[in-house]
Amino acid sequence: MPEQITLMVNGRSVSVARGATVAVAVTVAGMHCRNSVTGEPRGPLCGMGICFECRVEIDGALHQRSCQILCASGMNVRTNEQGNYKTI
Amino acid sequence: MNREITRQFDVLVVGGGPAGISAALSAAEQGAHVGIVDDNHNLGGQIWRGEATNCTSAASHWINGLSGKGVESLCAARVVDQIGPNTLLAETADHICELSYSKLVLATGARERFLPFPGWTLPNVMGAGALQALVKSGLPVHGKRVVIAGTGPLLLAVASCLRKHGAKIAIICEQASRASLARFGFSLLAYPQKIRQALSLRKDLSGIRFVPDCWPVAAIGDGVLEQLTLARGNDVENISCDYLACGFHLVPNTELPSLLGCRLRDGFVEVDDFQRTSAPDVFCAGEPTGIGGLELSLVEGQIAGLAAAGNVGDAHKLFRSRARLQKFKKKLDHAFTLRPELKKLPQPETIVCRCEDVTYGTLSRYRSWRAAKLRTRSGMGPCQGRVCGPATEFLLGWTPDSVRPPIFPARLQSLGTIPNIEPAQYEAMRGNQ
Repeated sequence: MPEQITLMVNGRSVSVARGATVAVAVTVAGMHCRNSVTGEPRGPLCGMGICFECRVEIDGALHQRSCQILCASGMNVRTNEQGNYKTI
Repeated sequence: MNREITRQFDVLVVGGGPAGISAALSAAEQGAHVGIVDDNHNLGGQIWRGEATNCTSAASHWINGLSGKGVESLCAARVVDQIGPNTLLAETADHICELSYSKLVLATGARERFLPFPGWTLPNVMGAGALQALVKSGLPVHGKRVVIAGTGPLLLAVASCLRKHGAKIAIICEQASRASLARFGFSLLAYPQKIRQALSLRKDLSGIRFVPDCWPVAAIGDGVLEQLTLARGNDVENISCDYLACGFHLVPNTELPSLLGCRLRDGFVEVDDFQRTSAPDVFCAGEPTGIGGLELSLVEGQIAGLAAAGNVGDAHKLFRSRARLQKFKKKLDHAFTLRPELKKLPQPETIVCRCEDVTYGTLSRYRSWRAAKLRTRSGMGPCQGRVCGPATEFLLGWTPDSVRPPIFPARLQSLGTIPNIEPAQYEAMRGNQ
């Protein structure tokens, strides 16, 4: 079994294998990534940094493409699940 | 605080997939000082994602060969603009990189074509390659029920990968007709390597339903995908699933080539025998010149790398094998042509531009990409039309306009490093656009 690391997604602790991307952690947590401009829930579409649907807030930095960022121990991820943060 | 990195290369390669890696290796073997830049954390591109650490794979031989040849890799770095003659600007999470070159090889790869249908914006509806990428990046799919749909050989590769990771593949829906697939299968006889791949896939996929003439018409769910409606000819079938992996073949990433003034033809970057584009000092290899698969990308990369490093003699020796693989590319295009019924998939209320939530009903009131963009903001969100552009090209026959910098959203601080130059100089720098 690969080494597990733990991070926070919307204040909830989530464990993933080392090397997993933040998009994986959000999906494992059963959450979506962002709310669209009309309020629809959205998750990863392209998986390769093109579509921007997987944007989340990571350690305070907004609009991070979660499919291209690796999880780090103690990372604090916030999705727009309950309108956690306003998109610009 | 962003730190600045400045590098000068004989040959700079943009894109770390097979074409870029083979170009970088070939140029480095000629003694050139080579750099390779890619926006992922590891080299390998989409097809070789995660292969660098798999010592037995052919991919690891290519990828790990780079450091031995002194190639400098810049990963998790995205090229956003050209900031001077033969100089690109790239940014990482905490660096701004000014990358200069004598010769540039663009190996920017391809992305999936997505077609809108009701419910396609639900979470867990994603690209075929996208679900594969997530699984290779650690998403557990053991016991999950997955429908794979769309068109092209990628669907089979994805099915095989997901099954190995324990997913239950409910069905593979291929929009191409049985007759078209049969012709394509027959044409494979001329390519022993492709037959071996096909046979091995067939073994991997035994027992999975593969249905031609079949495509998704609606995804249903409360906040997340729960059920799919599939069309099979005139029949309709409902199926419950956890994920839909759906892509309609590939479209080339031509944003950077366009920005640098490379001439396109039929949507692909035009190159000569030595993979030279119409822009001075700029070469292009792999999918941006035509969707041809792994082997063709490797050969094109080698030719581009050798030619960029000045060894046209050895580059010339590879022309024959490239010509052979290019014939295969034509067969691929033909077999997986999108059927006209797919144009009827979106309903008036179906969202087409996912960044700005512009519906098909709204878009179809306009005559061109530009008119729709100016009035509705479609194609003006962060993806800059990378998703809705290829969709409206198929649905409405629109051609997206010229590319404007920065080609990806960039930090203000990065944009601040762009020198203040006169518009005329800027146009001249962009070549013959």
